[in-house]
Amino acid sequence: MPTFVYMTRCDGCGHCVDICPSDIMHIDKTYRRAYNIEPNMCWECYACVKACPQNAIDVRGYADFAPLGHSVRVQRDEQKGTIAWKIKFRNGTEKNFLSPITTKPWGTAIPKLAEVPGPSKEMRDSELLYNEPKWIRMDEGGLHTLKSNGLKMKKGVAY
Amino acid sequence: MAYETIVEEGIDILVVGAGLGGTGAAWEARFWGQDKKIIIAEKANIDRSGAVAQGLYAINCYMGTRWGENKPEDHVRYARIDLMGMVREDLLFDMARHVDSTVHQFEEWGLPIMKDPKTGRYLREGRWQIMIHGESYKPIVAEAAKKSADKVFNRICVTHLLMDDSKENRVAGAVGFNVRTGNYHVFKSKAVICGAGGASNIFKPRSVGEGSGRTWYAPWSSASAYGLMINAGAKMTQMENRIVLARFKDGYGPVGAYFLHLKTYTQNGLGEEYESKWFPELQKMVGKEYLDPEASHLTHRPIPTCLRNHCIISEVNAGRGPIHMVTMKAFQDPHLEEVGWENFLGMTVGQAVLWAATDVDPKHENPELTTSEPYVMGSHATGSGAWCSGPEDVSPPEYFWGYNRMTTIEGLFGAGDAVGGTPHAFSSGSFTEGRLAAKAACKYIDDGKAEGIVVSDEQINRRKTEIFKPMEHYKTYRNAIVAGDVNPHYINPKQGLDRLQKLMDEYCGGVTVNYMTNEKLLSIGLKKLEIMEEDLQSLAAADIHELLRAWELMHRHRAAECVTQHTLFRKETRWPGYYYRGDAMKVDDENWHVLTVSRRDPETGEYTMEKAPCYHLVGDDE
Repeated sequence: MPTFVYMTRCDGCGHCVDICPSDIMHIDKTYRRAYNIEPNMCWECYACVKACPQNAIDVRGYADFAPLGHSVRVQRDEQKGTIAWKIKFRNGTEKNFLSPITTKPWGTAIPKLAEVPGPSKEMRDSELLYNEPKWIRMDEGGLHTLKSNGLKMKKGVAY
Repeated sequence: MAYETIVEEGIDILVVGAGLGGTGAAWEARFWGQDKKIIIAEKANIDRSGAVAQGLYAINCYMGTRWGENKPEDHVRYARIDLMGMVREDLLFDMARHVDSTVHQFEEWGLPIMKDPKTGRYLREGRWQIMIHGESYKPIVAEAAKKSADKVFNRICVTHLLMDDSKENRVAGAVGFNVRTGNYHVFKSKAVICGAGGASNIFKPRSVGEGSGRTWYAPWSSASAYGLMINAGAKMTQMENRIVLARFKDGYGPVGAYFLHLKTYTQNGLGEEYESKWFPELQKMVGKEYLDPEASHLTHRPIPTCLRNHCIISEVNAGRGPIHMVTMKAFQDPHLEEVGWENFLGMTVGQAVLWAATDVDPKHENPELTTSEPYVMGSHATGSGAWCSGPEDVSPPEYFWGYNRMTTIEGLFGAGDAVGGTPHAFSSGSFTEGRLAAKAACKYIDDGKAEGIVVSDEQINRRKTEIFKPMEHYKTYRNAIVAGDVNPHYINPKQGLDRLQKLMDEYCGGVTVNYMTNEKLLSIGLKKLEIMEEDLQSLAAADIHELLRAWELMHRHRAAECVTQHTLFRKETRWPGYYYRGDAMKVDDENWHVLTVSRRDPETGEYTMEKAPCYHLVGDDE
């Protein structure tokens, strides 16, 4: 199901070019609109479809195994934090799905680690990572070690 | 060539490839190196790059230690039996003891994790898996990485690691080119964390046309983790351990939630249970310690993924295909039906499209399963990657050389697919490995290990010439022919990829030979790969996009060569269902209960193979 772009909807803004992980959405030099230059390297990940402000990009199932006459459309709404899908089967059956994509306003809940208090020497010399050990178990327990868990590394064919 | 050379100097931590491993590295590096210069170089756009670009519907590695659900050593035991004993238990234990703090942070950052309404805990799909609404998993972790990095260079295809000219075997940064502008980028860095990806598309895919983009692992996973590190002379481990996936046919939609949460199951074309029929014969091949259906029935001990593949492959070969996933019962429950569909929409939309196109409604029809072409990676039910140091408080001397997750090249660290011997890390474990590598890399710098690095202009210029050679080659010979792609002076990247896939398929155990190979075939394969390497000198790229494909091909070719060398070295069939050595059709614990380690000499191209001891941490029983 490689992507394709509707001629009348695309305005050549390039959002799809910017986001495509496979570098296959390019702007056509004659029409100044986007198109998929390499359908057999398309994972149908929908990154471009979701990013298109004009809803100009759609997918048509891979020709070597998907018959025509279907559609899977998507609306991703960062403000609402949701994604909505509409599936249409070849035989006309429709299915709709709605899921959350985030629980927090975009980007607000991630701290800047340049601004948090830096690690102590003791922490540097330990096996702990940022926010540990607290965030491992959300209690006062420490990090698991061989000693704490009564374990030993033993060489051999079997334990 | 009119392309500019852009040099980024004075980097402390360079993250090459920002998927889940790389974003974890960039994020954590800022805590340990608050005044350090942290730079990301990424082939695509980090908001949607790597294997999780599309999203995920589950986090497959979460211990739940806060609720006493599992201990890290339980996960070691699980990953070990799934991989037929061949894992780095020190690295696995280390990843498992930290992974929960990663997942808890993800939730804090806004990743929607489903909850069990009865217990209030994360909703379990299986013992290790929790269910998420992960469409925006990648944008969320990318946001974290962006908050930590000084600068993100998107659209830089990193082709080579830079090496220190003053001290042997020490990394000094990386080089590559911008796939939009064509400019040559030089990153001079004290430490490098390789978060690049594993390999899709080195074996011939089942699909024949457009559908070859519907790979199980992303088509942009171009083996760069391996190409970069092998070419620099890093030791690699378990590269023979390619993975074959049993998935929904053609779309390769995931089956985890179907088996674990929806409780669907498989049957053959006659509607019969088939798996257990193959167990007695299979047990003779692998031994009771690896396949003990009774013990598996009574405990949590899994039947290894490869062995379940073996049953599918054998049943189909016996003429009783296709294998069906029995969904019709579970899908009568509207909630389970919703989960089944959203599972695809969250991570493999193509499978939903395929079912819509073919009018397959799993409520009324049991869909087909198949086994995929092989893939080479290090974070699913397989553990290919670099031979890395473990943490100092866990690892025995053979597994420890100073810095956690450091490869055998000084200053070069790995995360995710780049690290060998750590299967079942998945997304959360890869991010965690990035965090571990970042802390260790900061320590490496603070210990003064990166002082006095010299990168000569000669090295920088040599790489530049090498990188743009396919475009030069194209220009030189393009007009020797009228038009088209057939030229006696060159091959283009697609033609090269076709050749690589065909020979890997036929000689190294791909899908058209039912995953079968032997010493003779592998030796022929190596010869063909050697000749192909000569032809890669005549690779032609008509534009910058093709140059990207050219370098992806070169990384894939190098990874393929290493896979073939390892497969030849391990003279046994350790993972029936992933591949078979026809000349050694049994698990041979006497001689091969070891990890395979290779090194390719960057000067001569010669491989040295060795066996490394397998250390164990835990017994079989809980």
